[in-house]
Amino acid sequence: MKLKTHFAAAASALALLASAAMAKDTVTYATQLEPPHLDPTGGAAQAIDTVVYLNIFEGLTRFTPDGAVVPLLAKSWEISEDGLTYTFTLQEGVTFHDGTTMDAEDVKFSLDRARAEDSTNAQKVLFSAISDVSVADPQTVVVTLSEPNGSFLFNLAWGDAVIVAEESAETLKTAPVGTGPYRFNEWVQGDRVELVRNPNYWGDVPELTGATIKFISDPTAAFAAMMAEDIDAFDNFPAPENMIQFEADPRFQVIIGSTEGETILSTNNAQAPFDNVKVREALAHAIDRQAIIDGAMFGYGTPIGTHFAPHNPAYVDLTGQSNYDPDKARALLAEAGLADGFTTTLHLPPPAYARRGGEIVAAQLAQVGITAEIINVEWAQWLETVFKGKNFGLTIVSHTEPMDIGIYGRPDYYFQYDNPEFQDVMTRLNATTDPDQRTALLQDAQRMIADDYVNGYLFQLAKLGVAKAGLQGVWANAPAAAIEIGALSWAE
Amino acid sequence: MNRSLFLGGLLSGIMLLLAIVSFVWTPFDHAVMNIPDKLQTPNGTHLLGTDHFGRDILSMVMVGARTSLAVALLAVGIGIGLGVPLGLAAAATRGSWLDEVIMRGNDLVFAFPSLVIAILITAVFGPSAINAIIAIGIFNIPVFARVARGGSLSLWAREFILAARVAGKSRARISAEHILPNIANLLIVQGTIQFSLGILAEAGLSYVGLGAQPPTPSWGRMLAEAQTLVSLAPHLAIVPGCAIIVTVVGLNLLGDGLRDRFDPRLMEGRA
Repeated sequence: MKLKTHFAAAASALALLASAAMAKDTVTYATQLEPPHLDPTGGAAQAIDTVVYLNIFEGLTRFTPDGAVVPLLAKSWEISEDGLTYTFTLQEGVTFHDGTTMDAEDVKFSLDRARAEDSTNAQKVLFSAISDVSVADPQTVVVTLSEPNGSFLFNLAWGDAVIVAEESAETLKTAPVGTGPYRFNEWVQGDRVELVRNPNYWGDVPELTGATIKFISDPTAAFAAMMAEDIDAFDNFPAPENMIQFEADPRFQVIIGSTEGETILSTNNAQAPFDNVKVREALAHAIDRQAIIDGAMFGYGTPIGTHFAPHNPAYVDLTGQSNYDPDKARALLAEAGLADGFTTTLHLPPPAYARRGGEIVAAQLAQVGITAEIINVEWAQWLETVFKGKNFGLTIVSHTEPMDIGIYGRPDYYFQYDNPEFQDVMTRLNATTDPDQRTALLQDAQRMIADDYVNGYLFQLAKLGVAKAGLQGVWANAPAAAIEIGALSWAE
Repeated sequence: MNRSLFLGGLLSGIMLLLAIVSFVWTPFDHAVMNIPDKLQTPNGTHLLGTDHFGRDILSMVMVGARTSLAVALLAVGIGIGLGVPLGLAAAATRGSWLDEVIMRGNDLVFAFPSLVIAILITAVFGPSAINAIIAIGIFNIPVFARVARGGSLSLWAREFILAARVAGKSRARISAEHILPNIANLLIVQGTIQFSLGILAEAGLSYVGLGAQPPTPSWGRMLAEAQTLVSLAPHLAIVPGCAIIVTVVGLNLLGDGLRDRFDPRLMEGRA
């Protein structure tokens, strides 16, 4: 009897050992774009956040997969009555990967660095409300704002607001040092970034011991790599047509969610004839959103009628206001004195939503007499001519920053919408902390840009996640660009 | 009638016919998208199926033939139009500095990998069918210049040319009136082969997005767009791929057949 128990114990121990040896404890994750460098506080590219956010770097607050903002390095905070003073209490025992302690001085340094005159932070506007950052004690930071800012905690959750150490701040681009659960190991340019688990992590130690993030830009190669199981998961798969095959294959799970990407037919509001609101309204009625979603995205995507994410509680469905009605579009063009149509340019960056969507948009515009000459451009060229040069008529692009309706309050932004009333709403929104009032203002803003037909609002970009069947913890939605390795695990 | 001439003529004739017919008639409007009908396999309505936008592939291939043939034809035209006079001039002034300048210039153009330079040209001046024509055309110039010079050199030593010179005709006039007609067969054979290479080059350029721009259909771009869909709807890649193969094989056979018929060296052997 006793012998038997021993046997059983030995056998189960063996089995445990075997399964521990067999179980996968790393992950190979792929994403389409390679970051230009690895410093999220020094570049606008979303690809940087995809690799480092929540893995290497952490901020005072963070986004959860469903888009909520929760404490991270700040354990808790108090907001003064007037909404001007934020007192953050920091987590204890947090160290950077180089062994130095993360304390209030580092927070002060990071925030001051980001908002400094000569700061290279791509989202400086996030910190514009800060008037002073002071250290009360090593675990307490007091941030004073010059005016109340209802989205301040949200702003601090961005990848651009992560906490860095003064000692390593200069070399973050190639040797990122943060407080996150994973440490930077190696970056093979053009191929992959390797991360290893941080054994000294202050929070719960994550399940996986390491991760490789591979960069595969070509959709065909991405499909091949996934099919050959060279990669375990793809962050946002570039070819929607392949999702059917992944769904049919028991080796894979398909996780469809939403991104923060409002895909729009961006219109140069400062260029004739688009400076005429009638022409922009005609444009809106000439576009059949469902055809674009079906044709370019194989059905993945949610139609939008304004520049706002449908999954946000403050969203107003205004798609009916710009319904597909080519006759109305023709009539509006005639009213604007352009009964014979006109010719314009349509700049298309590389992603499928733009290239394919653009072909469909051009065909639809042709139906109402507008000739849109397609110009395919690479991203660098797009940034140069369209975004910086503002030398375009139309373009298709997905604005992937979360809650970015504020760009309509910037008259020098590339589509050049200049409406003082809207700018006023944005100013009031920034000064409002009451959630109900904020919602009301956000809805006003959504209606305003829909009434002005600033851009052609097409659809909310879907997140087409695909992963091996056993992988758990994959973010379905993308409230921010991120692959949170710490949340991943393999099913038994 | 030799076999390759017949087969080549037949295959390239079919493609030419498709291209010509497309000017007056295609089964559907090649530009009209009908998204609910996308990715149909070949059937009674759409003989070669539909693409990812629900466009009729047969219509696209027909109009695409037009694009391919026009680009290749004009590119060969540039090659003949500039290369042949250069070659004739070089042969007429054999050994002079002009001959040297022309032929070394040719070597220079030859030394560059043609497709890479074509990519450079279209990248600098923007992708369009016109720029593709120019890019492919430039690389046809030295080919025709060499053929023209080589063919002419042997003729310059012949008695009838000597007679023309004695009669007081200028070198330029002799080149135009006596040399050119006698090397025409060489040029036709070379032209056919360059034509097929031009079609391949156009397909290659539009495959990488540097040829004719949408919505103008082009075989190369159809192939590129079919890439991610190949496991879902293989006909999207097979159809334009076959169109390219048939045209290029047809033109090569035609070129072979024409050479058998016209090449003076082969003719002498036969006589």
